[in-house]
Amino acid sequence: MSKDNQILEELTKSDYKYGFHSDIETESAPKGLNEDIVRFISAKKEEPEWMLEWRLSAYRHWLTLKEPTWQNVTFPEINYQDIIFYAAPKQKISPKSLDEVDPELRATFEKLGISFDEQKRLTGVAVDAVLDSVSVATTFKSKLGELGIIFCSFSEAVREHPELVKKYIGSVVPVNDNYFSALNSAVFSDGSFCYIPKGVRCPMELSTYFRINAMNTGQFERTLIVAEEGSYVSYLEGCTAPMRDENQLHAAVVEIFAAKDAEVKYSTVQNWYPGSKEGKGGIYNFVTKRGLCSGDGSKISWTQVETGSAVTWKYPSCILKGDNSIGEFYSVAVTNNYQQADTGTKMIHIGKNTRSRIVSKGISAGKSQNSYRGQVKVMKRAEGARNYSQCDSLLLGDKCGAHTFPYIDVENPLAIVEHEATTSKIGEDQIFYCNQRGIATEDAVALIVNGFAKEVMNQLPMEFAVEAQKLLAISLEGSVG
Amino acid sequence: MTTPNEYINTVGKAFEKFEASLNGSKSTFLHELRKESLAAILKSGLPGPKHEEYRYTNFGKALEKSIAYEGIVAETAAASAPTPLDSFEGYKLYFVNGKLDASRSDLGDLSEKVTVTSLASAVKEQGDLKEYLGSIVKSWPDAFSHLNTAFAKEGVFIRVKKNTILDKPLYIIHSNDTSATEVLAHYRNLAIVEEGSQLKVIEANFSTGANTSYTNTVLEIFCKKNASVEWSKLQLENETALRIDNSLVYQERDSKCTINTITLSGQMVRNNLYIALDDENTEAHMYGLYLIDGKTHVDNHTSVDHRKPNSFSNELYKGIMDDQSHGVFNGKIFVRQDAQKTNAFQQNNNILLSPNAVINTKPQLEIWADDVKCSHGCTTGQLDNEQLFYLRARGISEDKARAMLLHAFAGDVIANISVGPVKEYLEQLITDKIEN
Repeated sequence: MSKDNQILEELTKSDYKYGFHSDIETESAPKGLNEDIVRFISAKKEEPEWMLEWRLSAYRHWLTLKEPTWQNVTFPEINYQDIIFYAAPKQKISPKSLDEVDPELRATFEKLGISFDEQKRLTGVAVDAVLDSVSVATTFKSKLGELGIIFCSFSEAVREHPELVKKYIGSVVPVNDNYFSALNSAVFSDGSFCYIPKGVRCPMELSTYFRINAMNTGQFERTLIVAEEGSYVSYLEGCTAPMRDENQLHAAVVEIFAAKDAEVKYSTVQNWYPGSKEGKGGIYNFVTKRGLCSGDGSKISWTQVETGSAVTWKYPSCILKGDNSIGEFYSVAVTNNYQQADTGTKMIHIGKNTRSRIVSKGISAGKSQNSYRGQVKVMKRAEGARNYSQCDSLLLGDKCGAHTFPYIDVENPLAIVEHEATTSKIGEDQIFYCNQRGIATEDAVALIVNGFAKEVMNQLPMEFAVEAQKLLAISLEGSVG
Repeated sequence: MTTPNEYINTVGKAFEKFEASLNGSKSTFLHELRKESLAAILKSGLPGPKHEEYRYTNFGKALEKSIAYEGIVAETAAASAPTPLDSFEGYKLYFVNGKLDASRSDLGDLSEKVTVTSLASAVKEQGDLKEYLGSIVKSWPDAFSHLNTAFAKEGVFIRVKKNTILDKPLYIIHSNDTSATEVLAHYRNLAIVEEGSQLKVIEANFSTGANTSYTNTVLEIFCKKNASVEWSKLQLENETALRIDNSLVYQERDSKCTINTITLSGQMVRNNLYIALDDENTEAHMYGLYLIDGKTHVDNHTSVDHRKPNSFSNELYKGIMDDQSHGVFNGKIFVRQDAQKTNAFQQNNNILLSPNAVINTKPQLEIWADDVKCSHGCTTGQLDNEQLFYLRARGISEDKARAMLLHAFAGDVIANISVGPVKEYLEQLITDKIEN
């Protein structure tokens, strides 16, 4: 046992790889939040009047809200007046091509493994990189443009495609949806916008990379994906942040709109800085993600690998409005040390014969708390709705906790809803079986954890699967309780 | 409309009246407890729809009728009507409209090692009552248990002395007759089952009459070392009955406890069941059936608290909802950090028979220990078409086939009741209900 603990310790000590800080000149708004800041951000982004009005209405609504407390996490109160709501890398003119991007910036992203040049040449993944508050580079734009696909930063979309933004922004996550989405709507600084026209199958993975760099800043980005009839897109999102002692807030909103027969696949590998081993610092990740299967036969699939953040609080959801639409949610949430995660999904079945599937795997180690919170709601009209949920928890160590809060609300007698959950640890017999076959204990644990999470990992696109598997290994390998 | 929290103001006034009616017994520890509970309820108010534990079950509308607290017990106690359980062999206690009906109760040749008495006399006679009464409620507080503690003066006290096996089951039969007036009953029951003893209780609830019958009951069971308890609740009230049932169990080493909760009717029923497994090798079984129609609303909230290692809990709740009935289930399993090697199972299956029936279910696991086996399963759906086809292919009519399948579905729960006649009686009730 002591040897196991040693291995556990060694491996959990492995440091956060992305904790560096890049010295990039930034310009930022003064600390705090008030109407002037909202106006300042809007002005900085050279936004039209309606966008400012929209932000202000969100801000005014936010003032009337109270920070929610129902989630199963604890953290010191956030002082919203102590956060810088806007920080942008200084760059005189917007880059026409990648070669014009600040070399320091490019070096930062290269350190993160996102080499724009390489991406362009080898992998065929279009990347939109967001540093602190603004999008710094988008690759493959022209190639996508040929197909009519719009993939650009949010501010660019507001400038160049206002009619689309106006139509869809807030249509899935309304301004007054919840505390953090209202905050985001008021101060969001940038993000990605993606529009897939009718019948187009996006030929490559679209990817956004988020990075918080500056101190004391909060990051509030907004992603809007619109998939028109019969289109398909696979979208990836990754995130990292430097190591800092104070907590930083990240409150993003992701909206997905899927028209008839459209399919959107959204994958996230979330690796924000989780805080130190003693639980100091780290990112608060309070994210609202929601997809609307508006048309018949549409499909939205969320896949997430959550390994970072001090506190995670997110529920990627699907509103299955169109008949025969499909929602999927695959999640691996890993918590270690003092991390806390309260994550899950909502599947709202409105249309007939809608189907949803939830596979959630929680892994807790150290002194962390990992909660699954989900809702499956079958409305009266949703005849023949079908849901299957499975949430399994794996506990590594005796000081962590695993919690499951599934809400199942059914109002239609022709719906079938099933839910299963288990909690367990890695069995001594499983380890023994591997040891017997000459597999060292730490490898055996990696093997078992990977097997535990495999169902979800299989859903990830190739590039991400590799990264996610490595992340999983770094966080947990060798921990045998 | 009076919201629950406005309603709470009348509680304070009612308590003053209640206090005045107690003449003399104000100095007891019980009265101190009452005052504490009243303070708690005045502070917290009654839970409204925003309260997480009561979000689907709102008594506000029911309480709006403001059943006068001064009429806590209708003094015009009606003569208790005969019940189907009368002929069953066992010890019997009858309560009518919240009061003991001594004339019909029959404790026969009850062994001197078993004490069955009213709460009022237990306060006088049982010196150690203070240690027990209200002590489990403290670790699992609820607004309605506080309300009960503040107002209850009637109830059953049971003590089974060391190494005693109660030879026949004890029947506690409550009937509320609301034909003349509304009835409000607060029952406070307490059972202490000492080392190596065994107890079986059948608690049956009936009501008649068109006015509202309101019952708020609290039961505390102490299972000492190696004790064994089976407590079955039969909730068979009519469509005017509101019922809040708080049952709390505390188990010591090697003890075993089974709680069966069968709800077949009523207007709005809320069952809070809490079991604390506070030592090693304890075993808890919870079985529940809600087979409801009309506008009946049944809410079962159960919690098992595994505090020590090597304990076992098993839970099976099944529901069949027809018409506009509404079922709610919430099962919590807590496994504390010390409770290694815990084994906990929970299952909740529901069948909706009508487009207007609703089920809200939330099986909840909260686990702080790593070496445990915990699982829960939950399903909601309708009868399996293949099973129906199988029966129909064998010449069984569709109605009959449906009834058979529903009966089998419900039968899984009933099968766990060990008192033969009660089991048969319930089987019959279920058959009648399904076939109609």
